[in-house]
Amino acid sequence: MAHDAAAGAQPDPSSGGWSREVDLPSERGASRLVMEELLEQLGHHGWEPTDIFGIHLAVEEAIVNAIVHGNKLDPAKTVRVSCAVTPQMARIEITDAGVGFDPAAVPDCTRDERLEVPSGRGVMLMRSFMTTIAYNARGNSVLLEKQRAPHAG
Amino acid sequence: MTAHRRIDTSKVGEVTVVRFIDKKILDEASIQELGAELFGLVEQLNRKSILLNFADVEFLSSAALGKLITLDRKVKTAKGRLKMSNIRPEILEVFQITKLNKVFDIRGDEAEAIAAFQ
Repeated sequence: MAHDAAAGAQPDPSSGGWSREVDLPSERGASRLVMEELLEQLGHHGWEPTDIFGIHLAVEEAIVNAIVHGNKLDPAKTVRVSCAVTPQMARIEITDAGVGFDPAAVPDCTRDERLEVPSGRGVMLMRSFMTTIAYNARGNSVLLEKQRAPHAG
Repeated sequence: MTAHRRIDTSKVGEVTVVRFIDKKILDEASIQELGAELFGLVEQLNRKSILLNFADVEFLSSAALGKLITLDRKVKTAKGRLKMSNIRPEILEVFQITKLNKVFDIRGDEAEAIAAFQ
């Protein structure tokens, strides 16, 4: 269903927000098919560059995980990305067609003996930059949410 | 002379200063290429003092962090020295979250890093 990537944005007049659902092919670099628009919309909704950086990183890591580890680059499988952005909340759900994994089984990359292992940092970065991250029971879908920090003063 | 597509290198005294061509280091194929070019500095060109200047880098993914970790190990194995400088606050935060700031020798700017090689 690669044509879904070209589907139009769905404005949500009730909240003044933006939402979009895209099926990405299981190819390296496919995240760009949704990322550009997501980043642009975060900017339009007044998000700070620092927050946009964190959301960008978290979503990129999640999509790469879904394509490479979830779908194992299988061209017959797609990754569904559902985004919703308002001035207060960014919510991105990434679902692959793989068998899923147990996020609790990912070793802590900040332990001394693992500090120099070159992989395994994506999930930790997602947890750090988002307000909440939740996997479904099967472990093939992750929901990333970031709440806008209240204005200082 | 080795042709590089992902990095620019220059020499300041004995130090090889590396600047990155890509502002956003996230594309898997580019990261593979970047890794190969960085490792080549140690393994083929035998550079012992390497400074990575991140002034042009706005974004990097965990796959890129993996290449930096592997580079750091290769440099240490070759008994060389690797330093990093000019890292913007958002990326520094990535290093802090992953505690790689304990692994890497990170300096504020290029001059400070060059001085630290002496």
